[in-house]
Amino acid sequence: MGDQPTPAQTPPTDEEREGLLAELSESLGEILVDSHLRPHEDLWLRVKAQNWQDAARTAKAAGFTYFGFLSAIDWLIAPEGRYEDTEFDSGLVEEDEEPVELDASTGYGGGDTRFQLLMQLYSLDRQLGLLLKADLGEDMTVDTLRDLFPGADWHEREAHEMFGITFRGHPTLQPLYLPTDFEGHPLRKDFPLLARQVKPWPGVVDIENIPEHLEAQLEAEVMAAFEAEEGEA
Amino acid sequence: MTATSDREQMAYVDAQAADARVNVELDTGDMTLNIGPQHPATHGTLRIACRLDGEQVIVAEPIMGYMHRGYEKLCEVRTYPQCTTLINRIDWLGSFANEVPFILAAERLMEVEAPPRAQWIRTILFELSRIANLSLFLGDMGVQIGALTPVFFAFRDRERVLNQIEEVTGGRFHPNFNRIGGLKDDIPKGWVDETRSVMVKMRTFCDEMEDLLVGNEIFQARCRGVGVIPADVALGHGLSGANLRASGIDWDLRRDANPGLAWDQIDWRVWTHPDGDSFARYWVRLQETREATRIVDQLLDGIPSGPIMAKVPRIIKVPAGEAYISTENPLGEMGYYIVSKGDLGPFRVKIRTPSFNNISVVPWVMKGVYVPDVITILGSLYFILGDIDR
Repeated sequence: MGDQPTPAQTPPTDEEREGLLAELSESLGEILVDSHLRPHEDLWLRVKAQNWQDAARTAKAAGFTYFGFLSAIDWLIAPEGRYEDTEFDSGLVEEDEEPVELDASTGYGGGDTRFQLLMQLYSLDRQLGLLLKADLGEDMTVDTLRDLFPGADWHEREAHEMFGITFRGHPTLQPLYLPTDFEGHPLRKDFPLLARQVKPWPGVVDIENIPEHLEAQLEAEVMAAFEAEEGEA
Repeated sequence: MTATSDREQMAYVDAQAADARVNVELDTGDMTLNIGPQHPATHGTLRIACRLDGEQVIVAEPIMGYMHRGYEKLCEVRTYPQCTTLINRIDWLGSFANEVPFILAAERLMEVEAPPRAQWIRTILFELSRIANLSLFLGDMGVQIGALTPVFFAFRDRERVLNQIEEVTGGRFHPNFNRIGGLKDDIPKGWVDETRSVMVKMRTFCDEMEDLLVGNEIFQARCRGVGVIPADVALGHGLSGANLRASGIDWDLRRDANPGLAWDQIDWRVWTHPDGDSFARYWVRLQETREATRIVDQLLDGIPSGPIMAKVPRIIKVPAGEAYISTENPLGEMGYYIVSKGDLGPFRVKIRTPSFNNISVVPWVMKGVYVPDVITILGSLYFILGDIDR
């Protein structure tokens, strides 16, 4: 807010992040698959999954020592959609408007596989954040980052139970949140949300109607109060 | 014991274990002690499974999931405005602050910006929820280690702040007041002056806490040098908020990565402490609460006039894209990674909560401490269970 507003005609430039992108693409070399830069917002780097650990090490060497989070994205379009076939949801779409068709795009930096790893790191010296992505192959396996960032330990356990990703070299890939005998990976898009299936989402507040014999009386009271207020003003 | 590195700490534990082996009479054998899930120090239902050797903890493993509500999954089947109701309930002591990064991320994707007045009121309410949240910690930390009085003071004075939040938003705990593009309502008449007098009271409260606890000999004996977290460990584990600043790292998202709120318009400072122990964490939070009252005072002086909502369509559709925005919440860095595909609701929301990372340091920091210190460390790390489990 304090900055001078940039004119809308010229695309905003972000020298800091562009410099960082140039520096990291050089040090990452072939590991880097794709990148995406949103000026003054964020920088996305997509790296090869088999070099996940190397990429993290390179980023750490470049000053990104502060671990933010690690998670994954499932790019499959959910078969059940958003369970939006209710009265309330249909009111959200204008009559002449087609409902949104979700395309198969895979976000900034692209992606070729269904599952994608996502990690966020900070560099305190540069005061910049960095988002790392990696496509996961059929084997859903990637090296652990526990030794580089001890904080990744729990995030990897969470990603393991929620998406079914295996982190090679992680000694305790036990469930973090779910019961030990839980089957399935809840954050996968094809995992049904049972709560929505057994009970339709109301979407609107299901309040009881005011009984008829009280309605007229209440309305009179409200009107009287309203008029009194008007009179005061 | 103030070991500084992992290796030193392990060496210390090893030495203790070796001593115990040599002296057979003193061999106590291992014992498992469960702290929680129903222990007041766990602020909800967190269980710490401790493996003890005598009075010392060999391994401490937090076990959570008792309150896992699956918010990331639930957000995928809701529209954007419906999501804020859920995420209010993540850190229930500073609810207003929870909504802000989510709304900001959605606004960034939609390329709308809330009008200045909305940004200022947002910042004020953000800081008020910080004061409400942290003031409870300031009293609660006393209770954890046996001083009962401070917590009553804390509940009494926190209520004043909650009243102010309620007066604007209508909710004490779950305001659900942010809208994409601004705020639901303007502040009521006379609220500014009332808030100013509350801030004076909160400063008095901070002074009381300083007298009661910080200057207290017993408090210092229980907290100084207990649960030392060095800076590199804090960074590696992704600690945030006062826990990070108490390890001597000068990093505050309000100053270093301001997502557009009014913090850069006023004069304030970030407090750090070099020690990294439980006392430092308490001290930093105390200073932060004080600083927050000053921030609110300054913001109240300069609320710009104008509308409180930007022009947004009635039905909110967020264009395709990805955005990660995090803010410096009372507990630390809270961020939302939103993936949108142009629909009414988000495609994926990753919620990065501060307590999750803050508690992940527990196995490291509790190696070799004594049982009473477990409670001190847990109290000083300060977490909300909803914030861990989501």
